[in-house]
Amino acid sequence: MGKKLNRREFIKIAGMGAGGLAVASSFLKPVSLFGQSVSREKLIASTFSEATPTYCEICFWKCAGWVHKKDGRPWKIVGNPDDTHSNGRFCPRGTGGLGAYTDPDRLKTPLIRVEERGKQVFKEATWDEAFDYIAEKMNGIKEKYGPECMALFTHGSGGGYFKNLIKAYGSNNIAAPSYAQCRGPRAEAYLLTYGEGIGSPERTDIENTKCLVLIGSHIGENMHNGQVQEFTRAHMNGATVITVDPRFSTAASKSKYWLPIKPATDLALLLAWINVIIEEELYDKEYVKKYTYGFEALKKAVKGNTPEWAYPITTIKPHIIRETAREMAAAAPAVIIHPGRHVTWYGDDTQRVRAGAILNALLGSWGRRGGFYAPSKAHVPKPEHPPYPKPQKGWRDAFPDKYPLANLALSSGICDATIPSTTDACSIKGWIVYGTNLMQTLPQPQKTIKAIQNLELLVAIDIMPSEITGWADVVLPECTYLERYDDLRISQGRVPSIALRAPAFEPQYNTKPAYWMAVQLAKKLGLSAYFPYEKIEDYLEYRLKAVGSSLAEMKKIGVKNLPLEQELYFLNGEDYEFATPSGKIELYSDTLAEHGFDPIPRYTAHEEPQEGYYRLLYGRAPMHSFGRTTNNPLLTELKLENEVWIHPKVAREWGIENGEYIRLENQDKVVSNKVKAKVTERIRHDCVYMVHGFGHTQKQMRRSLNRGASDTQLITRVNVDPIMGGTGMRVNFVTFRKEVA
Amino acid sequence: MRYAMAIDTKRCVGCADCVVACQTENNVPEGFCRDWIVEETIGAFPELQLEIRSERCNHCDDSPCVRCCPTGASHYEEGGVVLVNHDECIGCKACIASCPYDARFVHPEGYVDKCTFCIHRVREGKNPACVEVCPTHAMIFGDLDDRNSEISKALRTRKHKTLIPEAGTDPHVFYLL
Repeated sequence: MGKKLNRREFIKIAGMGAGGLAVASSFLKPVSLFGQSVSREKLIASTFSEATPTYCEICFWKCAGWVHKKDGRPWKIVGNPDDTHSNGRFCPRGTGGLGAYTDPDRLKTPLIRVEERGKQVFKEATWDEAFDYIAEKMNGIKEKYGPECMALFTHGSGGGYFKNLIKAYGSNNIAAPSYAQCRGPRAEAYLLTYGEGIGSPERTDIENTKCLVLIGSHIGENMHNGQVQEFTRAHMNGATVITVDPRFSTAASKSKYWLPIKPATDLALLLAWINVIIEEELYDKEYVKKYTYGFEALKKAVKGNTPEWAYPITTIKPHIIRETAREMAAAAPAVIIHPGRHVTWYGDDTQRVRAGAILNALLGSWGRRGGFYAPSKAHVPKPEHPPYPKPQKGWRDAFPDKYPLANLALSSGICDATIPSTTDACSIKGWIVYGTNLMQTLPQPQKTIKAIQNLELLVAIDIMPSEITGWADVVLPECTYLERYDDLRISQGRVPSIALRAPAFEPQYNTKPAYWMAVQLAKKLGLSAYFPYEKIEDYLEYRLKAVGSSLAEMKKIGVKNLPLEQELYFLNGEDYEFATPSGKIELYSDTLAEHGFDPIPRYTAHEEPQEGYYRLLYGRAPMHSFGRTTNNPLLTELKLENEVWIHPKVAREWGIENGEYIRLENQDKVVSNKVKAKVTERIRHDCVYMVHGFGHTQKQMRRSLNRGASDTQLITRVNVDPIMGGTGMRVNFVTFRKEVA
Repeated sequence: MRYAMAIDTKRCVGCADCVVACQTENNVPEGFCRDWIVEETIGAFPELQLEIRSERCNHCDDSPCVRCCPTGASHYEEGGVVLVNHDECIGCKACIASCPYDARFVHPEGYVDKCTFCIHRVREGKNPACVEVCPTHAMIFGDLDDRNSEISKALRTRKHKTLIPEAGTDPHVFYLL
């Protein structure tokens, strides 16, 4: 049982390493009553508990739940059974959300930089001083360059207030890394094909599916709660799961077929599947005829993409390609080629995701039970405010000829537009960064630093002293989601719903909610008219009243599911006009052709690693959300550092032992922090894998400092998607360095 | 009455939610855990199998920890649940040495601690915290003496195993395969 002893020893050591930082345990000491010993369990049962509704902010799934206190102290967070995101069961991050509140390393008071940017010398400031500093700089930028030279980067619930503020100020440069660094290609691919996006939570009808195809989607390791629950239900109901992944993921281990594809060749496999479905006439003929546009062109285009053609590219055997295609057809229309979520891999990502969208169309799964349902969203009016001033220019003016089909601002584009060059028509001078650690969310960190050095103002609003806060001029410490109200959660789903987040605890230290910050800053900038309610409670009452509810009601129920106003699936033979130029599902896209892109996805080979180098792949662990949780005291106990997965044959060649610390060096000679080798059969020989979000360098985050390696640091190259500007990040190659000292 | 737990390895994704839920529910001190996740890979690329298990005290029928405890602190409660009476525990660690599952640890306050099957919740008619939280419904808790309980049905209909049966302790945590 040495292994488990090691486990406990490991956990113990980990705990001791951070021991000096630990908050006092709120452990209840057993006491004697009437001379009898009382066990702790009896004590727990007898104590008083109270509950406050919240929705989780640890990831974007935003599950609704209840925060329980016992004897006035934080106790636990549990799911709200009425909530369709969680069905009453939180994931480990939500359960461990209390760690965000108790983390002793949190930002505690506003800070203003006093020395050169990046040296991290700050003075503590009052809120008033901090807002005065920001307002003065923002007014200066407006005067000198125009308001369009301010930009906002945002991720998370509080971002909306700053969006409102910066639009009122006169800029539309609002970017979220969740677009160009994550799911942007998916949005555009489905928009081009179906005239609608996928949205979040995904409109995939997994619980009713008979066949689920996952391409690099590691459900279960990405703990998108409701989706994982549906995946399990489908699996237990006997659905065929086909997982395409260079790594034997948790999902792969629950699949009937695991296709360990050669990385960067997924598009070839998708085209071969389309080829089989068409050549064997397995497609839904009626559906294709009624709803799609460009079938003949598609048939012609994929004629050569046979399984035999795909075999040497993908290393997936032709008979497996045929067999899996037939499995999909047998299950159709209750089949899902999962569109994925983080899809910025190789730079042709819009086309790859579109190939999956086309395959879904051939199988008739869009608008069908077990395929894709029509999601509903509650309509909850917001209070009126004066119209926003119209910006004279935007980030797009910096790249007049590029990324024509991007529908949202590119974080990477705004970063590029901040670095002065003679061609730039819109040079950005100020950033407000809300809730996103750009040093880990944007690839090519050296470029991010270069951009930052050209700024006249950088404001970072965060809970933790993440790397980006170290580069800021002003740091505004936000209280955690457990200490604040926020706007209502209004997200899509099978039924429209709203959820309330109310504060369970008073804000600790000198931290404040984002709403309050935006209101105060608006006052300093003379923009108060855009925030008709000074107090968020009044703003929430206005919105809730409009849907026949109230703050008092929502505090009692947490989640309100509203009546469903539309069908989930197409009715039999229903006429439906898609929001595409042709009004149909576009297997062939005139829009793409007009912009000079392939109207039907076409496979092109990607660069391969040189000898001795391995493609760097990255992903998620179920107990962490990117780099945002890697300092959370409860979640670091589950996973303190990441490992680099290496195939045993490769490990043997390099003399690397399982559990040994090594470093990775990429093609541009960038060397990683030391990272533990996980020598495992669960990965191909031509790539390595690590969980994203580790390898923090920020000294103030004492638990996560230097734990594991940062994939972002090694992503010094990207392949940019010419269609929408997504940054393909799985184009970096690493080799091993054994010296770790 | 005989309490037991069944953990469905087909459903479990190893997210460790059970571990955090236990820690917050039971105020487990930082650096320790009463339950944990084990991932076992079987086979060689590309013919692989992965078994993921949430493990904890097995609440054995013939518990070596109870037998070896010099003070009687380790004892059986209703339903065969093995508990440690904190006040009677002298922290001698004999039980830790005797447990084939390495399920016990010394609490910083000096006594031995481990999974209690959340007996405080069970007495209120609730499931243990780990069972209650599991997003994939991978855990079943119940009474083996009740033929109609969910756990009895699962063990009748599904192939299952216990861990280290050769230790002869008659464990009461089952793994559905």
